[in-house]
Amino acid sequence: MTDAKTTFGYYPGCSLHSTGAEYDISFKAVCEKLGIELQEPKGWICCGATAGHMTSKLLAAALPVRTMSLYEQAGISDIVVPCAACYARCKAALHETAHDKELKKDVDEVVGRPFAGKVKILNPLEVFINLLTPEKVKTLVTKPLTQMKVVCYYGCLLTRPPKVMQFDVCEYPMSMDKILRAVGIKTLDWSYKTDCCGGSLALTRTDIVVKLARDILEEARAVGANAIAVACPLCHANLDTRQTEVEEKYATTYNIPILYFTQLLGLAFGVPAEDLAFKKHLVSPEPLLAGTPA
Amino acid sequence: MELAVTKECIRGDFARKVLEESGTNVNLCFQCKKCTAGCPIAYEMDVMPSKIIHAVRLGQKDLVLNSKTIWLCASCETCTTRCPQDVDIAKVMDAARIVALREGVEPKEPEIPAFARTMVRNIWWHGRTFELGMIGRLKLATGQFLKDTGLGMKMLWHGKLSLLPSFTDFFGVKGMMARIKKKEAEKK
Repeated sequence: MTDAKTTFGYYPGCSLHSTGAEYDISFKAVCEKLGIELQEPKGWICCGATAGHMTSKLLAAALPVRTMSLYEQAGISDIVVPCAACYARCKAALHETAHDKELKKDVDEVVGRPFAGKVKILNPLEVFINLLTPEKVKTLVTKPLTQMKVVCYYGCLLTRPPKVMQFDVCEYPMSMDKILRAVGIKTLDWSYKTDCCGGSLALTRTDIVVKLARDILEEARAVGANAIAVACPLCHANLDTRQTEVEEKYATTYNIPILYFTQLLGLAFGVPAEDLAFKKHLVSPEPLLAGTPA
Repeated sequence: MELAVTKECIRGDFARKVLEESGTNVNLCFQCKKCTAGCPIAYEMDVMPSKIIHAVRLGQKDLVLNSKTIWLCASCETCTTRCPQDVDIAKVMDAARIVALREGVEPKEPEIPAFARTMVRNIWWHGRTFELGMIGRLKLATGQFLKDTGLGMKMLWHGKLSLLPSFTDFFGVKGMMARIKKKEAEKK
């Protein structure tokens, strides 16, 4: 596809400016390589995440709508949203306001900015999969990552519920596998692609997150993976920052680096490792990456 | 707590309130229990998700609002995705939480709504979540001052937490949240 769109609105969300800064940095690096231009209007706000939808239906819809209206007013129709939680909340708000007239009326009244709902919310996987043509791959891939054996972990929010998200196959997605395979990274089949990591329970019922993270890490090790690729800052935080706790509780050692799929793409495209923020990970991927042929 | 059906619960307005908040018809449920079978957190729940749905149908407000289940639900949407009857179970959980908060029911998992409230307050202040401030507030709210301090230090060291809060859309967000509060009070 040569006429694929290359200018997008960019809604990073709160996590990509703090705990998930690696995702922001590596996503932008990959966009630069692919010739994608990102427009980020000033003034976007939090999507509300779980705290929004568990406390108020109106707040849960109004927060993302206020942000989306900002982009709409700036004349941006296609917004790429890397954080899976922001992506899900934006799509849910679009879906709900389109199907619930009363909610739409209330949202319009409280948001205080007009919103026609004419924006399209995209995640980086769907943007990249259209742009990564075989010809493009040939010119861009400069570094073979033959030592990698990756399992792709999509988590909950990218595909569920399918009626709202309308992205990939909800129980067995393949988009991330296809993208990584296209640039020569081996991805393995496993059964935990869309299992839950516990999400925001990390700060309140940490024991649950530790148990769910252990199940995911255990399965990754069982199929022989040496890294887990993710596309969600919450999945990353739970699997990376809690990994030591999991190891202590279950008396085992995983030492499996959790990498954003954009970091892997960046590496394959020859972006220097120091520009992809690997140092921010708590489980260091450096020994694994050191095996990369120069 | 077991299901005890009385005329009061059937005639009560709990099922209607949940329907209003969730927009999902629990009467479609035929108790196949697929939601319970696929729930990653069922092992920690006191009332299985399928039983919550049945209890909502029967107007068993106390059983639902006093369960740990409604708070423990991580909103992973596996149940909603797999339900053969198109019952949005995750939305029902949200609706039950909203009703519980509105009616001042003492939550069985107090840290979880405390976290949600702290985060909403954080958005009110900053327009965006400011993790450090939010964690500090959460500690004040729950009294768990030492929880995760080691991990917090490690994350600071790795540059994963920003030190300075932003103040985005300062008046816009506050105005919007005030209008939401007013609208919700009118509808009560």
